[in-house]
Amino acid sequence: MEYFLQQLINGIALGSIYGLIAIGYTMVYGIIGMINFAHGDVFMVGAFIALISFLGLMAVGVTFVPLALILVLVVAMLLTSAWGWTIERVAYRPLRSSFRLAPLITAIGMSIALQNFMQVAQGARVKPLQPVITGRFEMFAGDNFAVTLSNIQILIVVTTIVLMAVFWLIIDRTSLGRSLRACEQDRMMAALCGVNVDRTISLTFVMGAALAAVAGLLYLLYYGVIDFFIGFIVGIKAFTAAVLGGIGSLPGAMLGGLIIGLIETFWSAYFTIEYKDVAAFSMLALVLIFFPSGLLGRPEVEKV
Amino acid sequence: MEPAVREKPRLLPALWDAAIAAGIAFLLFCLVLGVRTVDGVYGLTLQPRPVLLAVVVGIVFFGRLALNLFWWDRDWRFPPLPFFSRTAKDAKDRAPRDIYRVGLVLIGFAAVFPLLGLVLNKVFGANLPLLYLIDLSILVLTYVMLGWGLNIVVGLAGLLDLGYVAFYAVGAYTFAILATTFGWSFWMCLPLAGILAAFWGIVLGFPVLRLRGDYLAIVTLAFGEIIRIVIQNWTELTGGPNGISNIPEPSFFGLEFAFRGDNTFHQFFGLPYDAIYGSIWLYYIILVMALITNAVTLRLRRLPIGRAWEALREDEIACRSLGMNTTTTKLSAFATGALFGGFAGSFFAARQSFISPESFTFIESAIILSIVVLGGMGSQLGVAIAAVVMIGGFEALRHTDSLQLVFGTGFDPTLYRMLFFGLAMVAIMVWRPRGLVSTRQPTVTLNKDAGSISKDLVSEGSG
Amino acid sequence: MSARGADTPVLQVEHLTMRFGGLVAVDDVSFEARRSEITALIGPNGAGKTTVFNCITGFYKPTEGMITLTQVSGQRYLLERMDDHVINAKAGVARTFQNIRLFPGMTVLENLMVAQHQMLTKGPARALGSLIGLAAYRQAEAEALSFAIHWLERVGLTARADQAAGDLPYGDQRRLEIARAMCTRPELLCLDEPAAGLNARESEELNGLLRSICAEGNTAILLIEHDMSVVMRISDHVIVLDHGSVIADGPPSKVQNDEHVIAAYLGVPDEEVANVEKEVGA
Repeated sequence: MEYFLQQLINGIALGSIYGLIAIGYTMVYGIIGMINFAHGDVFMVGAFIALISFLGLMAVGVTFVPLALILVLVVAMLLTSAWGWTIERVAYRPLRSSFRLAPLITAIGMSIALQNFMQVAQGARVKPLQPVITGRFEMFAGDNFAVTLSNIQILIVVTTIVLMAVFWLIIDRTSLGRSLRACEQDRMMAALCGVNVDRTISLTFVMGAALAAVAGLLYLLYYGVIDFFIGFIVGIKAFTAAVLGGIGSLPGAMLGGLIIGLIETFWSAYFTIEYKDVAAFSMLALVLIFFPSGLLGRPEVEKV
Repeated sequence: MEPAVREKPRLLPALWDAAIAAGIAFLLFCLVLGVRTVDGVYGLTLQPRPVLLAVVVGIVFFGRLALNLFWWDRDWRFPPLPFFSRTAKDAKDRAPRDIYRVGLVLIGFAAVFPLLGLVLNKVFGANLPLLYLIDLSILVLTYVMLGWGLNIVVGLAGLLDLGYVAFYAVGAYTFAILATTFGWSFWMCLPLAGILAAFWGIVLGFPVLRLRGDYLAIVTLAFGEIIRIVIQNWTELTGGPNGISNIPEPSFFGLEFAFRGDNTFHQFFGLPYDAIYGSIWLYYIILVMALITNAVTLRLRRLPIGRAWEALREDEIACRSLGMNTTTTKLSAFATGALFGGFAGSFFAARQSFISPESFTFIESAIILSIVVLGGMGSQLGVAIAAVVMIGGFEALRHTDSLQLVFGTGFDPTLYRMLFFGLAMVAIMVWRPRGLVSTRQPTVTLNKDAGSISKDLVSEGSG
Repeated sequence: MSARGADTPVLQVEHLTMRFGGLVAVDDVSFEARRSEITALIGPNGAGKTTVFNCITGFYKPTEGMITLTQVSGQRYLLERMDDHVINAKAGVARTFQNIRLFPGMTVLENLMVAQHQMLTKGPARALGSLIGLAAYRQAEAEALSFAIHWLERVGLTARADQAAGDLPYGDQRRLEIARAMCTRPELLCLDEPAAGLNARESEELNGLLRSICAEGNTAILLIEHDMSVVMRISDHVIVLDHGSVIADGPPSKVQNDEHVIAAYLGVPDEEVANVEKEVGA
């Protein structure tokens, strides 16, 4: 029982990170209907920016950790947003009116380019970071196992909840959110009604990248080590989460992230760690066979 | 057309635009490129690289400025490339015969190239790096074959498959396991490998048939990853991460290409030993296998099943209204594509004599898919050209000593290979979103000299 | 036509009901379509016409009711139990779509060849024989080609046979879609607003085409139509739907004077009845 609870906590923390990245996938898919394959690598770039800015702040003497973290968060969100914006501008916008596979291929190309750029720029070795946030609560102890909740896990979950709330407010209450939803429904009509579609799409990428940067920072703090290749597998998982939850649906992305995180954690804990990805992917296939539009997605009505 | 009265760009706006671009470049690169993390005694330390950052930002600034001033406002255009017509009108004027002719010339060249090279080297004493060229050609041809195989699924049937490498892996491991445990020969295993891959195509295809578009894409990707992870962890059967080694090469009608042995090729023909003979033999095997793939595809296109694939890509609902069983049609496309993937896989295993899960990552699927899309989905010639350009160009980057002259000896081109590769994928797609050959040939015509169809009309499928 | 199937109606729809969630799109609809007649299904927008069509052709599974198709041979099929593609392949029901669904990137001729997929792959001899080019397959293919050419001539598209279907003008696309449906050699041809978007001359040609199909006696026609003048001129039998129910059923002359029908079309019983009567030529 204690073991189960501990895994539940671990799974939720991991799932929150997946969820934050999944939002970027789901928003882009909702608005322009493409798989932004490079999003996982934007997350990786975000993690690197967070790492470098954190080290930089330490080097210039900002050693008060909460302040440093807030500064790192701001810097990482800003700079990663610039990456998101640039990728859209360079690789996707020229293909906006083209056929469906063209942007998918440029996205894959971008993903390859980003990974290898980071490898060239920062080296192929893994980048460790000493634990920044330490400390944990012992919630309760069983016979021979104590359930603990670490501060970093609390930070991850709280940050995710706060960001989700802010994000939901943006989508639901602001005029930007309104134009975003309009573009999602019908881009042409939105343009005719005076929505600046290009700007809205750019902002979608910027917001997605900012959330990915937060996820990158949290990942860095949680695992304490990153490399240029983390974007691929985490990105695939996050996309799986977005599809699982029903692509285009924001609560779905979060739910999918949590499910994938939990499956992975529980599978590693109770079965074999080698096959945890197989478990996550099989879950995806199973869910899609029974719910072809994901758990919370709008069912696709076949128009005859 | 009225004569263009074009305002020359003024310098100031161009400068302003270039400055903005440079500013963005600074934001992008200031941390990830401008500072390098190095392993220090107490963990990571930072090492600023202001010069590199300044150079990159400067390149962006002047590049953008040059584009603004000279390129975007130029009066001239590139002359249209032959065969790669872009407009519908061009496509109609261009008879399918042209593509046919280019194809024949290419096949003819491919058929004589190693022998020609051999004759030049042995008889006329030329010093071509023949072994390297043939090995590279074998690699390219493998991708041509894989591209043609995937083209059936993506280009003809319009089903987006991101896990094609799974079938390649199944073929490779089938041959490797059968050959190393039972000692079966390449020629015995080849059909088995193909059939097994096709079987997996059906098994994996069946549950996902209801899915459409990107859902299908992600599930095929997931299946590709699942197969790779299983291979990686099923150590008893597949050797796990260590892979399988000592896979035998295909023999030449019973003759081995080994240096010593009872029944070797060079002894039988009384020739001095040369590694090149084995390579040439492998080259012809993959050439014939690829050409068979091509011939079968071209034949299938003209048969009801091939037309059904293309119709499925165009409109699935209309297909169902015409009494077509879309389930079996999709499965047959998956199975046929997988079949050729399996063949190519067992060739790969035979040629490498060593395989490990690292050869079957997602990036392989991505490369094959981009060959298909870049070639112009559904076009056989386009896929072949794209494979030559992508794989050949990619390999060419390995041997760029001239780049070292520019960037100094510390410059290692292999490091930058994948970076250039990714950027090239982006650039080529932006340049030609519809692929290199953007026409479709009709499978049946009433008039002999009917033209081809512009890709603008051809759907890309929703599956 | 000696078989007993010739005497029974080709299509019998009995108590057909279709619900989408809480919405009842079709409510207890019953009607018949007889062989060698053109039956028209008319009604205002949202009356449930296309839903009935989709139930007949298997794209929707009806909530309740029975749809029976009787072939000339007397063979009967219960369509509500069959999958969409089987309805065409076995029962012989072909259809067209309200917003034309051709294969736009394939040529006109290819469109007609795809439609003969069933005929070309029937039986293992043909399916396998096609791969190696057996004589049985080659003969079937030649037959399919000449049948396609026959239909090209009938719809006047021979000159455009090698053009992409997506390149054709609208009226040609409509006719091609009918020819493609006819290439499946159907017992019943269901046309969803075949005259929509056609000009007067094209509409007239369409009438002639449908009449000639009907006169051959192998294929009965069921059509949905908005344009009352087309319906009145072409159809032998009219069924009027409104809000998912049949409100009139009979020959055109009777239906067009039915006050329920007039009310349904206009929503106002008195003032504009006269206009409608003028429009339908009463």
